Amino acid sequence: MKAKPKLAVWKFASCDGCQLSLLDCEDELLAVADAVHIANFPEASRAVVKGPYDLSLVEGSITTAHDAERIHKIRRQSKTVITIGACATSGGIQALKNFADHTDLIRTVYAHPEYISTLPNSTPISDHIFVDYELRGCPINKEQLLEVVNAFLNGRKPAMPEHSVCLDCKLQGNLCVMVAHGTPCLGPVTHAGCGALCPSYNRGCYGCFGPKENANPRALTVHLQEMGVQRDELLRLYRSFNAYHSEFRKESERIEQE
Amino acid sequence: MERAELGHLIDVLQREGREVVGPIFRNQAIDIGPITTEADLPIGCVDEQERATYRLTRNGSARVFGFSEPAASFKPYIFPQRQRIAAFRREGRGFVDEHHEEPIPRLALFGVRACDLAAIAILDRILLEGPYVDESYRRRRESCFIVAVNCAQPGGTCFCASTQTGPNCTFGYDLVLTELHAKGNHRFLIEAGSPDGLEILEHLELSEPTDDDIDFARRQREHAADSMGREMNVHGLTELLNDNTQHSRWDDVASRCFNCTNCTLVCPTCFCATIEDTTSFDGKQAERWKRWDSCFTLDHSYVHGGAVRVSSRARYRQWLTHKFGTWKEQFGMLGCVGCGRCITWCPAGIDVVEEIEAIRGSDEKVREEVDHG
Repeated sequence: MKAKPKLAVWKFASCDGCQLSLLDCEDELLAVADAVHIANFPEASRAVVKGPYDLSLVEGSITTAHDAERIHKIRRQSKTVITIGACATSGGIQALKNFADHTDLIRTVYAHPEYISTLPNSTPISDHIFVDYELRGCPINKEQLLEVVNAFLNGRKPAMPEHSVCLDCKLQGNLCVMVAHGTPCLGPVTHAGCGALCPSYNRGCYGCFGPKENANPRALTVHLQEMGVQRDELLRLYRSFNAYHSEFRKESERIEQE
Repeated sequence: MERAELGHLIDVLQREGREVVGPIFRNQAIDIGPITTEADLPIGCVDEQERATYRLTRNGSARVFGFSEPAASFKPYIFPQRQRIAAFRREGRGFVDEHHEEPIPRLALFGVRACDLAAIAILDRILLEGPYVDESYRRRRESCFIVAVNCAQPGGTCFCASTQTGPNCTFGYDLVLTELHAKGNHRFLIEAGSPDGLEILEHLELSEPTDDDIDFARRQREHAADSMGREMNVHGLTELLNDNTQHSRWDDVASRCFNCTNCTLVCPTCFCATIEDTTSFDGKQAERWKRWDSCFTLDHSYVHGGAVRVSSRARYRQWLTHKFGTWKEQFGMLGCVGCGRCITWCPAGIDVVEEIEAIRGSDEKVREEVDHG
């Protein structure tokens, strides 16, 4: 029998929520454990098996010089690297500091700023190493995590479309909250993956999965302004978990300069 | 038929073993869903539709069909969002086919407007009468009994009179209703369009319509045709669009378009789908699923090595020129039935009528054989 692929889970600047999604896969956890050898997953087990690893799941963003080194070590030990969650793929909520002077922020937050050694920016993993696949979301969707691991194990392409949340809304038969209720929604510019969770409960999309491919937030801003959304609220909409992600970043910076 | 007999019609359809689906009130809008009794119908509801806006109010009227076209069409019932099309289990060195067709419910589509009837006819032409028959669609379509309704209340984004697909139902139904509601008189004209429809009529308590009834229905029909929210000149659209593939308007509309796919998914004639494969963790089982897709996604135009339509400009142009131009060359009719859903439900407020008029108004005849993206 073929040896099971070795799986490692790594944490950088993050809240642990995404890697806990793996433990949250209660019904499927045994199937996962059957299919892979969980070799390094401190949240789950203290038993750590040395590398190299077939598959590394990386959570969190790079915020310190030490972590910027560490990620390269992980890349060297891993055949495949998949980043999981908004922190690892776009810098996360902590990337809000990228829009400000981080020394000012440190002085505001910490009683002893001299103990803090941090990089000025929170950056995604792909800014530092080659990443084989990025899983979006804050947090990630556990079904998508299972799908990406499953696809990896079976050597096939994961079914992970880059289309808008709107398409998922329509797959579920949801009514458009923006058109029918006048609720501001980031769905038209946001990457699918959550199964249109918020609009299914009549809330606007918060953009947890970051910009979709070919997103056009510039046009959405015009429409949201017509709906009466003010500048500060627009900034907050684009500057959340994926604030530093390409189109969201550009649009919030444009609004700021306007 | 007296108003009170409408509930009886639903009962009769159910006794025939049919699930009745039609307009229902859901989440501040009129959607299409299961109807168990006539109380499920959105009686007294009035909608206001404009670009990117849908608002519903109850006006206390007793009218059953006092609204215009519902948010959704009947498409999900004949062309579902997702369906499994294959399933295999690995056994030894080969595979065992584990796919079985799901039983399809016998449906009665209730309260179908002329625009949606025309849309079903278009889907029939493409999915049943072309060189490749969609078997799943065929089975679903054959299970449908259709109770149509003549539209008395076109909405703000409707233009079926322009596309000559409404507001009156002329074909494709088993029964058709005309609601007659005025001055304390509340009745329905009911006509059969098929032997199945005639059979249902035999179970109902009916009386001959009066001359006044017929006259009222005629005037209502004329009034509906005259109160379309929009008007589109459909003359020579194929040539117009083919001649303007490089029109500057495509850049203009691309700057406003989210390529979010809403227009195509609410469109009752859009039938694009993609294929997704799944496996079990141990790789012993595999399934193939078909799900709705849209020409506004990048994946839709993916061919080996990359996608053909990368820009919003290319994607919007694909949708508009197909629906209103090349569709005719391909299938022999316009791909649009004038229901206006793509105008109401486009969150960016893009209006196909306006886009086509803009191109017609400044026919640049800028056509190039090769266009990269």
